[in-house]
Amino acid sequence: MDQLLQHLLNGVLLGATYSLLGIGLTLIFGLMNVVNFAHGEFYTLGAYAVFAALYGTGLSFFAAIPLAIAVGALAGATCERVLLRPLRGESIDTVMLVMIGVWIAMQNAELIGWGGVAKSVPAPFSTAPLVLGPVSVSPLRVFVFAVSILVILAAHLLLAHTRLGRAMRATFQDRETAALMGVRIERIHTITFAFGAGLAAAAGALLGPVFLLYPSMGDLASLKAFSVVILGGLGNFAGAALGGLVLGVAEELGAGYVSSGYRDAVGFAIIVTVLLLRPSGLFARAERVG
Amino acid sequence: MIRMLAVLLSLLSSALVAAPVVAQQEPVKIGLIQPLSGPVAASGNYIRMGAEIARDWINARGGVLGRQVQLLVEDNKSDPKEAATAAEKLIVRDKVPVIVGAWGSSMTLAAMPKLEEYGVPMVVETSSASTITRRGNPWIFRISPPSEMEALGLEKYLKDFGIKQADFLAVNTDWGRGAAAAFGDVLKKSGSSVGATEFMDQAATDMNAQITKIKSGSGDTLFLTTSVEQITLVLKQAQEQRLARKVITTGGSSAPSQLIKQAGPAADGTYHILFFLPWFPEAMPDAKLAKAFVEEWNKRGYPFDGLTEGFRGHDGVLTAVEGVRLAGKADPKAVQQALWKVDVMGLNGPIKFEKDGPAGKESGQSKPSIFIVQIKDGKIALPGFVAKK
Repeated sequence: MDQLLQHLLNGVLLGATYSLLGIGLTLIFGLMNVVNFAHGEFYTLGAYAVFAALYGTGLSFFAAIPLAIAVGALAGATCERVLLRPLRGESIDTVMLVMIGVWIAMQNAELIGWGGVAKSVPAPFSTAPLVLGPVSVSPLRVFVFAVSILVILAAHLLLAHTRLGRAMRATFQDRETAALMGVRIERIHTITFAFGAGLAAAAGALLGPVFLLYPSMGDLASLKAFSVVILGGLGNFAGAALGGLVLGVAEELGAGYVSSGYRDAVGFAIIVTVLLLRPSGLFARAERVG
Repeated sequence: MIRMLAVLLSLLSSALVAAPVVAQQEPVKIGLIQPLSGPVAASGNYIRMGAEIARDWINARGGVLGRQVQLLVEDNKSDPKEAATAAEKLIVRDKVPVIVGAWGSSMTLAAMPKLEEYGVPMVVETSSASTITRRGNPWIFRISPPSEMEALGLEKYLKDFGIKQADFLAVNTDWGRGAAAAFGDVLKKSGSSVGATEFMDQAATDMNAQITKIKSGSGDTLFLTTSVEQITLVLKQAQEQRLARKVITTGGSSAPSQLIKQAGPAADGTYHILFFLPWFPEAMPDAKLAKAFVEEWNKRGYPFDGLTEGFRGHDGVLTAVEGVRLAGKADPKAVQQALWKVDVMGLNGPIKFEKDGPAGKESGQSKPSIFIVQIKDGKIALPGFVAKK
């Protein structure tokens, strides 16, 4: 029983990080229809931005997080403005190839810039774990969990209840109509991509001190983000948030009670099942037809 | 008369031209396959650095067979598929007579069929899966210890460790699975029991599930086999979950100085099996060589943490070049025959090959030395029981 509780706690903490990775991608992939292979690289960028801020400017960890998000959003905006805008109207495959290029270029730039040796980011929390009865957890992970939930909620509110959010949704539902209604759709494209990239950078900034920083750290992040988006349904914000939790808990229980060698296989088995039974995602509402 | 003068002149000029040609003979090419990018890029680059020191030292002494040694480095991107491609490139395009590589066991295993196909020997500097020398590939000459040899090397210290029950957490590769099996066998033979054996994906960053599972057992020692990055994460996450275990890392890739920096107090008290101790060069089999290597490494401004990997590059190139010297020519078949006669002193200790694997198609396996250090109060120390022996 104690073991199960600890597994569930681990799973929820891990799942929240997957959710955070997933919501950024569900915007870009689900809403904009851009298969963003570079999602993990914006995550890496966020993590290294915190590292650079801590050691370069002496900022505190808490001040470095918003800075990293800004860096990620700026990089995202640049990427969209320079590379994706000229491709508007091209097929999804063309855009996908460009994003693969961005992924490779960014990862190798990180390797040149930071070297292959892993770096660690110190966080201003005690390394002594918080003990709650039979389970224990590090204060840092509690902080990351809380901030992840806040970021997810804030992003949801922005998308669902502001003019900007409505403009975003309108643009990607029907560009012409949105343009006729006075939405500046080119700008909305850039903002949405920057928003998604900023969310990835936020995940990197938060998870940097939990894990380690190295140039290929984004690959695993991308993989998990895509899994979460597929699980939750393309463009489904709440779906991505819940999908992350489901994936985290499933992996954790799979590793704990089936076999740790098949940990990732458990996650993918769930995705395959979901795609077979509910192809539009675990949390998709019934779609209106016609 | 004029004709004679012309002949004389041409003879003279050709002699003049010929002289520098002898000195600038084509260099002897040595291939090196390492992970220079990807998740284990740091280790591969350290080995390249060590290999370059060996090359420069050999060239400063006049090279081999009167020719300079040239190192051709290929990146296997930490990926087995790429390792096979890299081997083929070095053999077909560059025509190297001998290769050093390819770091990870899975990468070495993937490159091995190419060696057999083209008949080129490879000095294996890091890989420790026992299958490598058991496959019946006569082109393999390994200077790193297979996990069984490492486990046997630990046997004499088992009493000092006082292990009653051990758990294993290993990377889910040929290396990790091989190590867990080999150390498990030695422990069982000496009367300890084996609890949980857990695996983690090479790229995994969250090992909490495995740690929770191990924690629910009643072991007293955890054997950890993976790269230094994952060791760091496991130690940090084990601390978060208050896992009370004596930790022993195997495989020699744990870079304790880096662990002290990145895992901090979570690394305190852990033991590490290593094959070179740059902190204690005087305790190495060839103290003079070890000191010179550490000094040269520092002089070049390479990170100190890389020495526990970098020495492999030195020993690998040293062995390969000695093979070429004994062969008397840079020909793969001749080098393969000559490698059996190699008897040199490396940074790890004496390098000399014995036969391993199926009769008639044996691979070469040297018997490397094994050392243990402990992280104590943020410093690297020789454990008391090792210092005594």
